[in-house]
Amino acid sequence: MSEAPLIELVGITKTFGEGAAAFQALKGVGFTIERGDFVAIMGPSGSGKSTTMNILGCLDVPTAGIFRFRGVEVQSLDRDQRSLLRRKYLGFVFQGFNLLSRTSAIENVELPLLYRGETKKARRVAAMRSLDQVGLGPWADHTPAELSGGQQQRVAIARALVTQPDVLLADEPTGNLDTERSIEIMELLTRLNREGITILMVTHEKEMAAFANTIVHFRDGLVESVERGNLAGHAVAAV
Amino acid sequence: MLGMFGATLLLSFREIRRHLLRSFLTTLGIIIGVAAVITMVTLGNGVTASVKEEISSLGSNVFIVFPTGGDRGTPRPFDRDDVDAVSNQIAGVVEAAGSVTAPTTAFNNGQDWSTNVEGVENAYLRAQTIGVAQGRPFTREEETGGRNVCLVGPKVIEAIFVPGASPLGEQLRLDQVSCTVIGVLEERGQGGGGQDADNVVMMPLKTVQRRFTGNDNIQSFVIKYDPAYSSAAIQDSLVELLRERRLLQVGTDNDFNVIDTAQVNQALGAATGALTAMVAVIASISLLVGGIGIMNIMLVSVTERTREIGIRLAIGALAREVRLQFLTEAVVLCCFGGLLGIGLAFLFSWSLAGLIEVPFVFDPTINILSFVFSAAMGILFGYYPARRASKLDPIDALRHE
Repeated sequence: MSEAPLIELVGITKTFGEGAAAFQALKGVGFTIERGDFVAIMGPSGSGKSTTMNILGCLDVPTAGIFRFRGVEVQSLDRDQRSLLRRKYLGFVFQGFNLLSRTSAIENVELPLLYRGETKKARRVAAMRSLDQVGLGPWADHTPAELSGGQQQRVAIARALVTQPDVLLADEPTGNLDTERSIEIMELLTRLNREGITILMVTHEKEMAAFANTIVHFRDGLVESVERGNLAGHAVAAV
Repeated sequence: MLGMFGATLLLSFREIRRHLLRSFLTTLGIIIGVAAVITMVTLGNGVTASVKEEISSLGSNVFIVFPTGGDRGTPRPFDRDDVDAVSNQIAGVVEAAGSVTAPTTAFNNGQDWSTNVEGVENAYLRAQTIGVAQGRPFTREEETGGRNVCLVGPKVIEAIFVPGASPLGEQLRLDQVSCTVIGVLEERGQGGGGQDADNVVMMPLKTVQRRFTGNDNIQSFVIKYDPAYSSAAIQDSLVELLRERRLLQVGTDNDFNVIDTAQVNQALGAATGALTAMVAVIASISLLVGGIGIMNIMLVSVTERTREIGIRLAIGALAREVRLQFLTEAVVLCCFGGLLGIGLAFLFSWSLAGLIEVPFVFDPTINILSFVFSAAMGILFGYYPARRASKLDPIDALRHE
């Protein structure tokens, strides 16, 4: 099984709406992602990159095609089974951070562990370790409103990491940040990737995509091209 | 799973604390509903209890007979022969005892006190189950001779006798009549008809007839019957006998009244019970309205927290976990409401019971029932919003502004 790719998309299509109002967002997308990859998905608005990301994140199912994750055909799973997949193997980072307001950083990070039924003490320990990992240990008791955008995104990354997922999905993680903070976040992601976590990231900024080792370009619901190679070192050198 | 539930519970507490005012206003309906139901039932129980107590102070298996206007207007009194006839001619009658009452002023130890003097015989004490706490009841000789001896009610003792000293053997003056105290009556509390049964001085029937009322009339009499006999049959023969003795023509109304304490007790109990139930039903409508209020706010809360729900779903919360969270919140809210309502009801019914002078009878059943009912309200009216939350699409929910 170790030979099989971590993620495999074959002939994925996605249609929204029905009849005359139907809109085909994906028209047959296929690519594979290996364990340990750092993949950037790029493309203009409406090219299908967010739809692909939702499918990869097991938040949505394709209209047709096969999506294999760890050898499991996700398109045939029901809602709760996909929830369990997300809970076990996936971590999410969003453009808008999506932290619970008026809830401290550490409580935000603990949240995914709550659904794993871990004890209060185990949650605390794991959440603290995760916050330390993103360098926010001293800010554990601050609420999102008391943190900068970059710090909030790092809390979100800590939340995604706390379950020690196989894959980290980041949807425009630097979209709401200035260049300096963006690069900090990207360096953090790169470091995490080197530590072994697979990262899937949607972005439309070339500078951010350059941190990845694989770039998938989307256009009009299709994969236009796939660039592979160790691009990360290149980007760091360019800054 | 327990950890999950504990965490959910904690979460709902936090959510309620975060919107303290709103949570309070939301539960106000439940609070008022629960308080109303419990207060009504508690007061109803109090009224029933006080009625029962009043009736039972008249004795059980007892008829009370007194003259009324009838067709002639002025009440025609009974006399000693009527009482004896009842006692001798009706099977099942254990005691029949007449009494007369006159208002009087009692003097002792340089003080005076307004009270009633009751002319009775020992049979009356037995029929009404009135005990003598200190001293002794009348002797046969005192009854037949119409002696100036008296049994004094505890209220009178308290009012004008030397505290601590035994009143036995003391001379008590009632208006112009002096009597020797031979006993103190047991405490009975509020009597039938509203007056204080303890504020009384009892003398032999003959003495009161001679010295106070000035005639041989008997104002009312009590009949104690053997519970083995049917009370209806005794009542029928009683009415028949008395009509005969009072020469009432067929077709005329009775010019006297027979009260059966057991019957009155039952009838009043049923009436107050029905009234309590009706008022409780009306009050529970406000509980229902309170439940609808909960649903309303929970729906608002779900909309407001759509993004939060999206986050939870994205990080792997199952639909039922989200549902449980919102359901728990509604139930916790309702339980708080129920508890506050119970507290409020305690306060209300306690102070109102004092105000309308009925005993405060704490009824655990209605308290527990109301609490369970309010929790059930939480489940009933929290389910729909919770279900709605759990059905949200995580992608849409995350995009929600």
